Amino acid sequence: MLRRGLNRLFGGDERRVDSRTVYVGHQPCPSTQAFVPPKFCDNRIVSSKYTVWNFLPKNLFEQFRRIANFYFLIIFLVQVIVDTPTSPVTSGLPLFFVITVTAIKQGYEDWLRHKADNEVNNYPVNVLENGRRTQKESKKIKVGDIVEVLEDETFPCDLILLGSSRDDDTCFVTTASLDGESNHKTHYTVPDLESDLEVLNATIECEQPQPDLYKFVGRMHIHKDGQEPAVRSLGPENLLLKGATLKNTRVVYGVAVYTGMETKMALNYQGKSQKRSVVEKSINGFLLVYLCILLSKALVCTTLKYVWQNQRGQDEPWYNQKTQKEKEANMFLKMFTDFLSFMVLFNFIIPVSMYVTVEMQKFLGSFFITWDRDFYDREIQEGALVNTSDLNEELGQVEYVFTDKTGTLTQNNMEFIECSIDGFQYKYQDSRTELDGFCVTDGPVSKLQQKAGREKEELFLRALCLCHTVQVKEAGQGVGFADQVDGVDVASAVEQRGFIASSPDEVALVKGAMKYGFTFLGLESKSMKILNRNNKIEKYELLHVLNFDPVRRRMSVIVRSPDGETLLFCKGADSSIFPRVRQEEVERIRMHVERNATEGYRTLCVAYKRLTDEVFARVDAELREARLALQDREERLVAVYNQVEKGMNLIGATAVEDRLQEEAAETMEALQSAGIKVWVLTGDKMETAKSTCYACRLFQRSTELLELTVRTLEEGGRKRGERLHELLLDYHKRAVQDAPPPKGGVTRTWSSAAQEYGFIIDGTTLSLLLNASSDVVSSNYRSLFLQICQNCTAVLCCRMAPLQKAQIVKMVKNSKGNPITLSIGDGANDVSMILEAHVGIGIKGKEGRQAVRNSDYAIPKLKHLKKLLLAHGHLYYVRIAHLVQYFFYKNLCFILPQFLYQFFCGYSQQPLYDAAYLTMYNICFTSMPILAYSLLEQHICIEILLENATLYREVAKNAMLRWGPFLCWTLLGIFQGLLFFFGVHCLFGNSALQDNGQVFGNWSFGTIVFTILVFTVTLKLALDTRHWTWINHFVIWGSLAFYVFFSFFWGGIIWPFLKQQRLYFVFANMLSSVSAWLVIILLILLSLLPDILWAVLRKPRGPHAQQKKSAGQSNAGGPQSFSKPLLMRTLSDESNTVL
Amino acid sequence: MMASSYNAKEEDGHHSVSAASGPSAGPSAKSKKPDNTAFKQQRLPAWQPILTAGTVLPAFFIIGLIFIPIGIGLFVTSNNIREFEVDYTGVDASSPCFTCSQTYSWNSSIPCKCAVSFSLEQPFESNVFMYYGLSNFYQNHRRYVKSRDDSQLNGDKASLRNPSKECEPYRSHDNKPIAPCGAIANSLFNDTLELFYIDPNGTRTQIPLVKKGIAWWTDKHVKFRNPGGNNFNLTVVFQGTTKPVNWRKYVYELDTDPENNGFVNEDFIVWMRTAALPTFRKLYRIIQKKSNMTPTLPRGNYTLDVTYNYPVRSFEGRKRMILSTISWMGGKNPFLGIAYITVGSVCFFLGVVLLIIHHKYGNRNNSADIPN
Repeated sequence: MLRRGLNRLFGGDERRVDSRTVYVGHQPCPSTQAFVPPKFCDNRIVSSKYTVWNFLPKNLFEQFRRIANFYFLIIFLVQVIVDTPTSPVTSGLPLFFVITVTAIKQGYEDWLRHKADNEVNNYPVNVLENGRRTQKESKKIKVGDIVEVLEDETFPCDLILLGSSRDDDTCFVTTASLDGESNHKTHYTVPDLESDLEVLNATIECEQPQPDLYKFVGRMHIHKDGQEPAVRSLGPENLLLKGATLKNTRVVYGVAVYTGMETKMALNYQGKSQKRSVVEKSINGFLLVYLCILLSKALVCTTLKYVWQNQRGQDEPWYNQKTQKEKEANMFLKMFTDFLSFMVLFNFIIPVSMYVTVEMQKFLGSFFITWDRDFYDREIQEGALVNTSDLNEELGQVEYVFTDKTGTLTQNNMEFIECSIDGFQYKYQDSRTELDGFCVTDGPVSKLQQKAGREKEELFLRALCLCHTVQVKEAGQGVGFADQVDGVDVASAVEQRGFIASSPDEVALVKGAMKYGFTFLGLESKSMKILNRNNKIEKYELLHVLNFDPVRRRMSVIVRSPDGETLLFCKGADSSIFPRVRQEEVERIRMHVERNATEGYRTLCVAYKRLTDEVFARVDAELREARLALQDREERLVAVYNQVEKGMNLIGATAVEDRLQEEAAETMEALQSAGIKVWVLTGDKMETAKSTCYACRLFQRSTELLELTVRTLEEGGRKRGERLHELLLDYHKRAVQDAPPPKGGVTRTWSSAAQEYGFIIDGTTLSLLLNASSDVVSSNYRSLFLQICQNCTAVLCCRMAPLQKAQIVKMVKNSKGNPITLSIGDGANDVSMILEAHVGIGIKGKEGRQAVRNSDYAIPKLKHLKKLLLAHGHLYYVRIAHLVQYFFYKNLCFILPQFLYQFFCGYSQQPLYDAAYLTMYNICFTSMPILAYSLLEQHICIEILLENATLYREVAKNAMLRWGPFLCWTLLGIFQGLLFFFGVHCLFGNSALQDNGQVFGNWSFGTIVFTILVFTVTLKLALDTRHWTWINHFVIWGSLAFYVFFSFFWGGIIWPFLKQQRLYFVFANMLSSVSAWLVIILLILLSLLPDILWAVLRKPRGPHAQQKKSAGQSNAGGPQSFSKPLLMRTLSDESNTVL
Repeated sequence: MMASSYNAKEEDGHHSVSAASGPSAGPSAKSKKPDNTAFKQQRLPAWQPILTAGTVLPAFFIIGLIFIPIGIGLFVTSNNIREFEVDYTGVDASSPCFTCSQTYSWNSSIPCKCAVSFSLEQPFESNVFMYYGLSNFYQNHRRYVKSRDDSQLNGDKASLRNPSKECEPYRSHDNKPIAPCGAIANSLFNDTLELFYIDPNGTRTQIPLVKKGIAWWTDKHVKFRNPGGNNFNLTVVFQGTTKPVNWRKYVYELDTDPENNGFVNEDFIVWMRTAALPTFRKLYRIIQKKSNMTPTLPRGNYTLDVTYNYPVRSFEGRKRMILSTISWMGGKNPFLGIAYITVGSVCFFLGVVLLIIHHKYGNRNNSADIPN
């Protein structure tokens, strides 16, 4: 025990230092004298929250932390302690129900987690111990164990790869369960290890566990007898993550470095921060109002009670004397308990069931998104994905859409279009087989027009073939097949292979090079094989890969050519290459690059550099050193990279086309006419992004572009800061001050006469703008910038770093009016903005699944956004807004008669309704119809919503949950409550209501009011229902029938467990009275009259008018809409030429 | 490259196929593709009613046309009901019961009697119902309403011996349980009302008052039961209990008729049904129609003989005796008739207004739609 404590202490100490030491195979290393086996947590994964023992207290605690539950608990306790009018059951039962259901749900979820945990924890694993292979349960793996993993098994913990059955010391894994990327990734064994792992004596020093899946730094010290320990650097390519699966490799061995809850997978379990929707904020606001109403009601009643009691003979008349206890009670204590009693009596005004219904609506409602076949994409065989159901209604409130360009607006399906070598343009054209020209077997040697020197061409093509991280996917037939490539076989072999790469540009480039006769055959034991034009295989030894990263925007390889030269090939964005090459070469190519960019192509520049042996030796040493560094490895590597990649020779540039997503233009157009402002945030070049915007019709031909980029800043020849100031003011004047003030609610279609503005800004300028010299200036600029942007139809932000994207989203999110923002993206670089925005949408694109994992909703294609917002979002918003308003309304007119009754019963807290009715009203009688409504309602049917995007504006800015509509609903509730009570009160002026002269008592009074109430609120909902499916019919008429049936049943039996048989035959007697029938019918009709009038008298917009409109439209515009894609292309081409 | 372009073509092909033939396109159908059910696709067949002036107008007229006759019928019925009310509280010094109301004491063994005379201007046809009415009497006070034990009243022996705590402070007296317990029972209305017809020649004829059928049938036969079932010897059954403090007799002495004694006494049952409002009436007796020829209560002078037992002055209460005939809609209450006529007229009026609006507005709306 003590030792464990000490160890824990030690572990705690260790945790504080930023690296941990792992003894491979638990072998004490000779260098450290005292071998203390460090204590790490075991490999048990605990994702469950509860155990059998702590479930009840812990779960209850969790549940009562919610403010609403706590409130109801307090009410319940008051009922138990104080002598209150209603029995504790009336509020205890619903609360119990809610708590139990939630507990069961959470318990079930936890049970599933337990099961999953057990499955993972008890999975048998082979561990090498002292040279023997023993089988262990997964949870018993300790840090330092050497674990054997077979093909298709998942890794039980985070392992450092020590040995693989493959010859090239690699293994393939897929991380599908971690980040959804299903492609095979290559991981490498620690270089230069003895194959015999039993005698391996090594320690691994690595950083403390951290959740970033793609980062790992470590160092391995290999001890050999009597020798200085050899040091190897470890990176993410050596680390096999728990949860990933081994593929294409028979067996691997690895040493456990992180186990259990310290694995990267477990560390990534931590949920994202909760996003709250505006509806929830509205609910809380309304709740506060109703709480005030409740308190004031209780206060009024308490005051009046004591005023009334002071009258002669009213406090304690002879027929109604107080008990001894009541007489003795302290006056102020009595007042206080009276106040509490009134609170309890009226507490139904804030219903428990609303929370339950809202949660259920959200949970069940979100299924409609996953079920929607329109979101199903054939290519990826998946539909939409809902990661959170809390934000459904937020989809109907979006004001700003921030979209990524690559992969979102465009397909990220790259095609090599042309290249420019040494200033000459090469366009691949082969009329015979259009796109598939490369499979001509005799080799398309002569396709290049001989403009540049042949040497340059070949250098360029070799560069394309070498400078990448593409892998060749092996054909299914077996591994051996790939080895016998030569001659004629190659083409067919390549056809079957296909390439895998992290970025589609690279594949496009490699394929492009293939068209011109240079085929990349693959990487084998550190050498890249290229089949050149003469069908000869060239082997290049791959010395270093200088990885791509979005900050540098380029990547390089260092290879040794067959004739012994050391070459560096570099490719990257023009802006990052041009400064690093000799300037006289730039001008020739810049023209091509810019022209290609304006045509919407992605351009990359290719450069190379010869490295002398001395230089290489130095670079090699520096790189190795940097890779071994435990701290600041990234920074140090980048520093070395930057140092190497300069003074290069520019060879040429490539142009790759990225096609627009299907229906991208229509989607954008629909969003804009829905009143949503679309901002494109991209890391791409301005010209490329601009042309994409034109193609997507975000910018029209008539749109006046306001540019705020480095180029415009430098035009004036003055200091950037001054120019920025000047431009901002100028644009502000044009876009904000001179523009006519937008008329409220008037739909501005794109054809309207008003001048439209588009705004373009780039990353550099943005950071200049946001980080201006002083705070005052900065905030001033910021507000100017926002004002300009808000008056522009579309904003394009190019050259953005991921963090800048989030910065922009945050800025807009926090601007005046707190507009609802939505971010949509498909790549890792969009994650930050997806997390930042109110609603984050991931596209299940080609750039992996990080965006999807971090999103709230994921859809396969951009075009689905239209339906998601315009149809689903709109409907969800209307549904939940109506749900919330209706709930408050129905409880107001439920409780108001009870409040009014106090004036007629001596303020004695006598309930008007029977306890059963009080309890059941929200649970049974009125809950199902509104739930069905809130799931099924389509006040305007989906097709029309999709056709008329402008309908989206009708619900913009939380239109149905603002104070105006809330007031209307509240007034309606008050009106109906007054009507119910005083109508029945007038009837009871003479309580002889039956034809046999017998009289009705107070319970009959309450039952009549309650009957009117239940029928009115249900029929009110029926009036609001625009979409009557059989479910609505069933639920609405069903709950009314249930009410009648229940009342008969409840009053038909002497219930042995009830103290008082208050309702015995009250309902049946009521029905036998004609007057009761008449008053019920009259009052129901009268209370629904305002609603009917409102429905008739308000502007006949909504479905009727829309249907008329759409009928006309679909007749006229039917064929047009089918031919749209073509039309769009031509239009976008035109707009390009205009530019 | 070829592979991907082939995919694209295939996909296009699939699109056209799926558009034409629905869900069964290709082997991919059994993948994660959502089911094509109407419910999941939110395409359930639905009735989409739209409330427009056109649909509501006829409804308004129909409602108006139905409600106004009903209202008139109710109003006429209510007006035809004869109702006579006499206040015998004795507040004024001039009123006959003034003395009784002044000299009242619970303990006095000699009941105070007074006679109130009145005359009916019009004869009362058919059955006449005699009510007593109380004002400013809070039978709906919470402390009062809950002060009863329904299982005791239902004949439960255990509750007879040990009444519910709700009955406090009327639960036990002199260490004996009270039967029936509670404030409601304790304050049972115990004035005796007798009605005499004064012939024009001066003779007093007592009008027979029927006390059967004044309580709800279910109350009399199911909800209220004497303990011990059909044992008519109620004295034995109620042995060991005591009478409510304000009562003069034991519960088993309420009536001589065993069917109307003990807990099943109809006066008692009527009292136990607590009134909704502080001013209320309760059915006391029924005067049955004798023959078709003579009215039940002819025009003329009457005397109400009151045995004045029930004090109301202490809480500013009032006692009334009400004679009323009853129609199919119950007692006299003009409210319903007026309300129906009003609502009917309002609907009719709204119908007319809407018709006008609809004609003007509807046309304007149509013309406004087109340029949009």
